[in-house]
Amino acid sequence: MFTSCADPGSLEGLAWLVCYLTTGKHMAFYGSFGTVLLLIALAAPSALAFGFAGAMAARSHIAPLRWLGMAYTGMVRGIPDIVFFLFFVIALDQGVEWLNHQIRCPDWPAEVRQGTQFLVCPAAKVPLSSTAQFWHQAYGFGLAVVTFALVFGAFAANVLYGAMRAVPHGQLETAEAYGMTRRQTFWRILVPQMWVYALPGLSNLWLILVKATPLLFLLGVQDIVYWARELGGSKTSAYAYPHPDWRLWYFLGLLVFYLCFTRVSEIVLDRLSQRLSLGQATEAGEAQRKAAA
Amino acid sequence: MKKLILTTAALALTAGMAFAAAHTQTVRLGTEGAYPPYNFINDAGEVDGYERELGDELCLRAELTCEWVTNDWDSIIPNLQSANYDVIIAGMSITDERDQVIDFTQNYIPPAASAYAALSSDVDVTSAVVSAQTATIQAGHVAESGATLVEFATPDETVAAVRNGEADAVFADKDYLVPIAEESGGELVWAGEEVQLGGGVGLGLRESDGELRDKFDAAIQSMKDDGTLNAMITKWFGDTAVVF
Repeated sequence: MFTSCADPGSLEGLAWLVCYLTTGKHMAFYGSFGTVLLLIALAAPSALAFGFAGAMAARSHIAPLRWLGMAYTGMVRGIPDIVFFLFFVIALDQGVEWLNHQIRCPDWPAEVRQGTQFLVCPAAKVPLSSTAQFWHQAYGFGLAVVTFALVFGAFAANVLYGAMRAVPHGQLETAEAYGMTRRQTFWRILVPQMWVYALPGLSNLWLILVKATPLLFLLGVQDIVYWARELGGSKTSAYAYPHPDWRLWYFLGLLVFYLCFTRVSEIVLDRLSQRLSLGQATEAGEAQRKAAA
Repeated sequence: MKKLILTTAALALTAGMAFAAAHTQTVRLGTEGAYPPYNFINDAGEVDGYERELGDELCLRAELTCEWVTNDWDSIIPNLQSANYDVIIAGMSITDERDQVIDFTQNYIPPAASAYAALSSDVDVTSAVVSAQTATIQAGHVAESGATLVEFATPDETVAAVRNGEADAVFADKDYLVPIAEESGGELVWAGEEVQLGGGVGLGLRESDGELRDKFDAAIQSMKDDGTLNAMITKWFGDTAVVF
């Protein structure tokens, strides 16, 4: 990066450290923090959407829809994350390629499945093998977002389902007495009031999601934990910057990052909780009302 | 402004041509990137090492467009099977068990010794706790030798385990351990006997990719014939390395 870093062997002390911390590999490490934050930023709202849909389905009066909602939360919550990440993502990836194969190469003579091999025609590869590595990474990242959304959506569905049931029944009966339809009651009475009950569960999920990102590496996306391990491992002089085992320092850095991140999350969630309690028929809402009076 | 538009047009055109050229056939080379000097990620963040230089040369000779991909050692064969890349070039020894699942080219590193490194040379490697990388021939050998095997996902962790006392010795390809032992300042020394394992290192391909395998086979043969392969081995593994 700097011209003074051309010959790392001759550097010492601070100059060495500055050059070391600005190598291409370290830049990739810093960039991976962005990857992780982007993943969280995309996965959290999608998981919430999945959760909301799941909870609505589980409460539905239409039996098949209700079964679907129940099956979704039950199955996904019952399978260990790592199994889900290994199995589901491979199945999803192969499913996409298989569909693409059926569309693009209907006359392909060979079997797609040959023993342990899974071979679609070259034109049906997603992404094509000739595309740049960046797109392969982006595709893996996309799969990761979908998987995270599905897994955490199932947990969120359960939290939201419970929250919907926690809203005092009198509120819903009153709405009905005022002549609101079921749909109106749901959107105008139930949903605005349920968030305060859902928040503790959702905030737990959020913090678990923040820490679950190392699962990314299973999908070939290089996240911060991968880079910390790779950079911290002892390096012989095959590398330009040889050093002993420094994993401790890199993981300490990650520790600080995660602690800061969870602290910021806690502050934001606290504020949110206060805001949501405003005017609610809960203890916190009551306390706020009394303080104002 | 006009110049800007022209440059943009020219750029778009060359990019388009590059894309069309690349579209013909790209062979994706899968490696681990954590096994110096065989293959590692250098400080610029690119794949480097003996196999990088070798792979680029082979692709040149076989007239293929190649792209480098890194993958965990653990899942390197399954990901080849599901066609996430086309070739494994990751210091993988040719063994009968692997040959049943995938195909190998002829070896590009001759059968070489595996060795034990430990903190003291009098460790009894047949009864001690020995670390090795998961799913390697070395791990298989340790399991059969009577020693207690502890497995790690990456080669670096196997050595770190000896340094921090988790294991008494590490068992790996000698060529991998030589630079580490030399630069440890006497901390790591050789223990036990060296062992000959496997039939050398070759490229791994899918069994259905016979044509590609033949291309690489011919390229390796031509490098053996004109001596460039031996020169490359000596360059990366030192003068004591076994050559063809």
